[in-house]
Amino acid sequence: MQFGIFTVGDVTADPTTGRTPTEHERIKATVEIAKKAEEVGLDVFATGEHHNPPFIASAPTTTLAFIAAQTERIILSTATTLITTTDPVLIAENYAKLQHLSDGRVDLMMGRGNTGPVYPWFGKDIRDGIPLAIENYHLLHRLWREDVVSWEGKFRTPLQGYTSTPRPLDGVPPFVWHGSIRSPEIAEQAAYYGDGFFANHIFWPKEHTERMISLYRRRFEHYGHGSADQAIVGLGGQVFMRKNSQDAVREFRPYFDNAPVYGHGPSLEDFTSQTPLTVGSPQQVIERTLGFREYVGDYQRQLFLMDHAGLPLKTVLEQLDILGEEVVPVLREEFAALKPAHVPDAPNHASLVAAAGGPKDSTVHAAADDVTGRSPEEVTR
Amino acid sequence: MTRRIAVVTAGLSRPSSTRLLADRLAEATDKALRLHGERTELDVVELRDLAHDITDNLLTGFPGGGLATAVRTVSGADAVIAVTPVFSASYSGLFKSFFDVLEEGSLAGKPVLLGATAGTARHSLVLDFAMRPLFAYLRATVVPTAVFGASEDFGSNAAGSLAERVDRAGRELADLVLGREPSGPVDPFDNPTPFEQLLAGGS
Repeated sequence: MQFGIFTVGDVTADPTTGRTPTEHERIKATVEIAKKAEEVGLDVFATGEHHNPPFIASAPTTTLAFIAAQTERIILSTATTLITTTDPVLIAENYAKLQHLSDGRVDLMMGRGNTGPVYPWFGKDIRDGIPLAIENYHLLHRLWREDVVSWEGKFRTPLQGYTSTPRPLDGVPPFVWHGSIRSPEIAEQAAYYGDGFFANHIFWPKEHTERMISLYRRRFEHYGHGSADQAIVGLGGQVFMRKNSQDAVREFRPYFDNAPVYGHGPSLEDFTSQTPLTVGSPQQVIERTLGFREYVGDYQRQLFLMDHAGLPLKTVLEQLDILGEEVVPVLREEFAALKPAHVPDAPNHASLVAAAGGPKDSTVHAAADDVTGRSPEEVTR
Repeated sequence: MTRRIAVVTAGLSRPSSTRLLADRLAEATDKALRLHGERTELDVVELRDLAHDITDNLLTGFPGGGLATAVRTVSGADAVIAVTPVFSASYSGLFKSFFDVLEEGSLAGKPVLLGATAGTARHSLVLDFAMRPLFAYLRATVVPTAVFGASEDFGSNAAGSLAERVDRAGRELADLVLGREPSGPVDPFDNPTPFEQLLAGGS
């Protein structure tokens, strides 16, 4: 099982000091957090994508490539990539490039985005959210699997004889997850392709997650990718820990009460009982997290939201220490002991290459040109 | 057959004349349905008790606490009786907020009986100028008679009295309910749109 963190890159005032970090500080902090995640033994670092203040999460491949250059082992992912408003041709190019630069340490999570004006800013309409997600991903899927693509759809200019470069590393596209809080169409989409499905699992009660995952598993089996319990499931989660649970609650409460999404709403206690949020001791986090398995089955990836709502970098790094040292090692052991042998791990580059029968260079060399009838390689030879 | 009627009432005081009107409308509907040999199950949703949960739902996007049950009750009902006090020339904010947090389409095609209360009959057009447009937007099937209860109505027996209007409204709602099969909303999780259809641009 993979454990990691995901960030939305919000620039939020620390409610205990009133100080708001600069974009520069927040961007640099994100890199520190990713490096720390690798250092404490986590498997995945994922960043969101936003195109408006107060976020610094635009240009995710720049961030991820910079982190890839400073890490060795951790998988770099997105949470989420806006498949609705981003040109799938650019996604194909950018993430294939990142795959080469990081030696295969990359996967993606597709999402639609819920910020109304972002759609028109990128020439789209939020009412087309689901059709955009479906058409754009279908094109992306082909661009990574077919060397030459001719295509026509509803939402972007047609392609004639287009080759997306670079081709995926070793001929194997990055693994893709599809994220959604509440749209059954997205669970259906993930199941159709045999891709992973990731439930946000932060903002809504567990019953919603349970329904989404159960639909995805059922349809995964329907489309012939394996049995329902072999579907690839990821979950979000949100925790804040201190040695003594009372200290955790006392320290986290002002951040919770003023958090951008649910702040000034339900009490910390209500939200903790209604959603998977856990504020307490490492042992409480371990017990709650192990409990997720009871309603989604054996799953492959657990990401925690750790750096949000104005929590200072120092605190976030301390949280990562606790997560990496006290929580994840226990969870790894416990989840592994419970998981039946026929339930697969999350696919990664190595396993996908192995499943494809080994690495193959998929470079597409330029065709002969019209004038000389020879390719550039032949001319220079 | 048992018909489930959800009675949504937004009165704030205890006792509340809004609740009083809601109960009389429910009683009239129940009576009319029984005359046709139907059984009824009346579920009263007191919005006052859910005021905090409704505000939380506006902020978090999901119904917590007792609100989740109330939302299920209303969207799963065969008919809805919705009654609000008049605040500042319209339905109350709490009443509107409850209908704001229902899933889109929850009331589509559902028979709905409207009622409102106020201190004087001068507010009675709230039924037609505020409530009907709201429920038209929600695509509910609203019965022709909506009932307004001013304070003075609770002490009058004149022709066209409250009792008469309540009975007529109850009969109208019962007639609508009788003309339909009991229905719950289609669950998109039980019946997902197949992907080939989504890919072909369908929904």
